[in-house]
Amino acid sequence: MSVLVFIETEDGKIKKSSREAITYGAALGEVTALALGTVSAEELATAGKNGATKVLHVADERLNDGLIQPYAEALSAAATEVGADIIVTAKSSLADAVVGRVSMKLGAALVSNVVALPDTSNGFQVKRSIYTGKAFANVNMTTDKKILAIKKNAVEVKEDGGTATVEAFSITLDDSLFGSKITSTEKAEGDVLLPEADIVVSGGRGLKGPENWGIIEDLAKTLGAATGCSKPVSDMDWRPHHEHVGQTGVKVSPTLYIAVGISGAIQHLAGVNSSKYIVVINKDEEAPFFKAADYGIVGDAFEVLPKLNEALKTALA
Amino acid sequence: MNILVCITHVPDTTSRIAFTNNNTEFDKNGVQFIIGPYDDYALARAVELKEQSGGKITVLNVGEADSDPTIRKALAIGADEAIRVNAFPSDSFFVANQIAAIAKEENYDLILMGRESIDFNGGMVHGMVGELLGLPSFSPVMQLEVDGTNAKITREIEGGKEKLDVSLPFVAGCQEPIAEWKIPNMRGIMSARTKPLNVVEPSDTSTHSTISAYELPPAKGAVKMIDADNVSELVDLLRNEAKVI
Repeated sequence: MSVLVFIETEDGKIKKSSREAITYGAALGEVTALALGTVSAEELATAGKNGATKVLHVADERLNDGLIQPYAEALSAAATEVGADIIVTAKSSLADAVVGRVSMKLGAALVSNVVALPDTSNGFQVKRSIYTGKAFANVNMTTDKKILAIKKNAVEVKEDGGTATVEAFSITLDDSLFGSKITSTEKAEGDVLLPEADIVVSGGRGLKGPENWGIIEDLAKTLGAATGCSKPVSDMDWRPHHEHVGQTGVKVSPTLYIAVGISGAIQHLAGVNSSKYIVVINKDEEAPFFKAADYGIVGDAFEVLPKLNEALKTALA
Repeated sequence: MNILVCITHVPDTTSRIAFTNNNTEFDKNGVQFIIGPYDDYALARAVELKEQSGGKITVLNVGEADSDPTIRKALAIGADEAIRVNAFPSDSFFVANQIAAIAKEENYDLILMGRESIDFNGGMVHGMVGELLGLPSFSPVMQLEVDGTNAKITREIEGGKEKLDVSLPFVAGCQEPIAEWKIPNMRGIMSARTKPLNVVEPSDTSTHSTISAYELPPAKGAVKMIDADNVSELVDLLRNEAKVI
């Protein structure tokens, strides 16, 4: 089976979720990966570690920004070039917007939020997360070509492969595809990306104000974690919207989610219920979040967090 | 401005999710249905844009007759008329085909919908519709300002956001904080009863996938409580029991 994996990069590096997608694809067949925009050949060759044989690279500078239409055009062209039976991508805010278009271009079935390898014993069936992590559906894909968008952190990255060959892939992207102009980009520098993170430390209204976020950031730094927040915190502009975890915000699936001063409204839980382990720290022992937690501490965040941070620093030193 | 807003009819965010008929159907018993929260943001922004510069809002749902109360709510919030494509929304390909077929019949300046439905969370339909109509598509859109045939939008990206200058018409998958949800007032509710809700049959019934069964995740074990004065116990559990640090 010929598999094409769409690679996303961040600061010149292949994203962890793209490495998950390559690992997933390599379990299905021979993987060719596609990278768009400026990124070094050395970095792209490391896709081999995760199981890619070859990386096609469209080094068109116009693709340095994630523009939806040209990306869809490039991905479709690459799929045709390699005769891909299956396209695999990590589910992300960019990939979501791109692959819907690709599925229509190629007449390929598209299933998102895939959490496991397909069952091909009778057709092609994949398991996907639905109802914001509250259930799963087993979906039969009935077209010849297929596109799978893999839920983040659903695949353990393998790194036992070799070096991928990197080839320039030349396509003509018409100027009309670049009709929309990005006028500015705001991005948090150097932080761990929330949707990609293995560990997330989130704060809620219990933190009392944005000036108190230092204790959340300190703990996140010790753990190499991303920071998140509850909806009220983002609504009050204590933290930016891209940190809002929940039903209408980012859905995370880290191995460890630490919630501090968050009561655990059902809409917040919808964003974290795919986490492997949940720690809840709240001074209200009745907080509903404790029912969804693996470990809980009833206590004042301003006392518990500095102590926990010190204990972790010692343990991880 | 002529705006098409596509809405989903989905279980309330607080619903207990369960399945019936040997795990092949969603159990609607006791479940309250609502306008998809992301679609509700799209609708609220459409109402604001109409207040600013006039025009017409058509709300579109692909669903069976039980969607009608949800569609009436959208009319009460401020849509002028509604279309329901009378069919179970089997998969995103099917739904996108219905939306595109309706959209082709009229010149819409904007086609808005939520970034994703909250039942299947695919987030793919806006792109599919854009491709079918040969229009640009953007998602997730958190700000939308229209000036004549041009628009300024803000798209959320991982770890931040980007601003774009774009031209109408286009398709957008919306999310907060594009607008505040609107609660229908009494006048809206009364007028919604007489606004047109046209029911049409699907134009193309092909699908790309079928669902064979649903599953629920395994139940979570009981929480282990740790004394606030003994945080080292938590560190020990995370390291040696959960093995996550």
